[in-house]
Amino acid sequence: MRRRIPIIITFIVGTALIMAMFIPHTPFSSLDENLSVYFDIIAVFAFILGGGNLLRVHLEKIQKKKRDWQFSIVTVVGFLFMLIIGFFKVGGPPGLSGDFLAEGSWFRFMFEAVFNPLQATMFSLLAFFVASAAYRAFRAKTKEATILLIAAFIILVGRTPIGHYFTSWLPKQLDFLHVPTLASWIMGWPNTAGQRAIMIGIALGVIATSLRIILGIERPYLGAEK
Amino acid sequence: MYGLQVWIGALLTLMIFSFLYKDNPFYKFAEHLFVGVSAAYWMVVGVWGTMVPNMLAKIHPPLVRNVLPALATAEPEFHYIIPCILGILLLTRLITPIAWLSRWALAFIIGYTAGVRFSRYLQSDFIGQIKSSLIPIISVGDGGFSIGMTFSHIVLTVGVVCGLIYFFFSKEHKGAFGAASRVGIYILMVTFGASFGYTVMARISLLIGRMSFLGEWLGVIAGWFS
Repeated sequence: MRRRIPIIITFIVGTALIMAMFIPHTPFSSLDENLSVYFDIIAVFAFILGGGNLLRVHLEKIQKKKRDWQFSIVTVVGFLFMLIIGFFKVGGPPGLSGDFLAEGSWFRFMFEAVFNPLQATMFSLLAFFVASAAYRAFRAKTKEATILLIAAFIILVGRTPIGHYFTSWLPKQLDFLHVPTLASWIMGWPNTAGQRAIMIGIALGVIATSLRIILGIERPYLGAEK
Repeated sequence: MYGLQVWIGALLTLMIFSFLYKDNPFYKFAEHLFVGVSAAYWMVVGVWGTMVPNMLAKIHPPLVRNVLPALATAEPEFHYIIPCILGILLLTRLITPIAWLSRWALAFIIGYTAGVRFSRYLQSDFIGQIKSSLIPIISVGDGGFSIGMTFSHIVLTVGVVCGLIYFFFSKEHKGAFGAASRVGIYILMVTFGASFGYTVMARISLLIGRMSFLGEWLGVIAGWFS
């Protein structure tokens, strides 16, 4: 019951979706569509599970006064406040029947004032870490590293106005050496070749792993417990 | 209201950037707030965007007459009780004695992902990429033989084949096979360089966005004194 039923569910769902690819007619065509909606609904329950777990972890941290427990209060308060104003559509013009992200609602305000700036700044912070990684990666010690460095440099310079001015003096016959042209060529041909080799390799791996999972050979999601 | 939104956004942006100096309480505050707010944000989006219209409104339409009046008169579709049950089973993860029941929902998620990935990767990433790589090597355009395009086509074809040879580990990389594998490495290095260049550009453009937002904030402050 604990192990066999999950394996059967995986087999039925996986096989039905593969059948839908080969038999795109009723009932398989609608099955494909319905299973996709089922998946989205279960994903929302997964979000709820994540929220519940977050609350449990931080409340425990506050209760036991673990290290930095004061910041857990910020997480819990931020979480509950955002949740309540979102679920009850607080401040929105038409009340509960309106859009939860309607202009003027508190949820919208929190999205614009807190969520959006925090998310964008977190990702922009990576620019500094990428710069520090670049410093280490861009030391052309080997032939491979030199190729990586040259490709990255051409792409970076070729997609900015400075790249245009760099080689704008070149005669028409040598236009293929113009940095933006070179950048486009690298993106269009050698980069595509590498991407395709990687994609074909990944596809083979995904196909093989999917089959192993559907057939019950690979079952890591069941865990070690009986 | 807009002024307050800009102020909160700017202060949170500065708090995140303070991490560039070192880890500090301001950064920790913003980080913990981000965790709480984003978890709640995705929960609310999931509930109002998926769960209410695709589950509750389908199982028992009168239930949503106050929040989604347009869907309240639809015919019920009882099969949507399946994801509802699986979703509830997923939540049993939080109750240790019956946590094993969550495997049933997990099995659905895994089976769905395996089935969908199998067909999508087979069609677009495997067959699709091989098909796109099978192009004529000699390129003849309107103006006759094109040396530039022919060279690009050779780079693409040789690049894909050599890249795939590099990923083939069942044969030792020696002799002609080893030489092809080396070419594959160089092609992959160009790909990684191009991806790196693109990532750096994307992060820097985000950083520029944050900086211009801080400029907007300074504009709000300057507005007070003028």
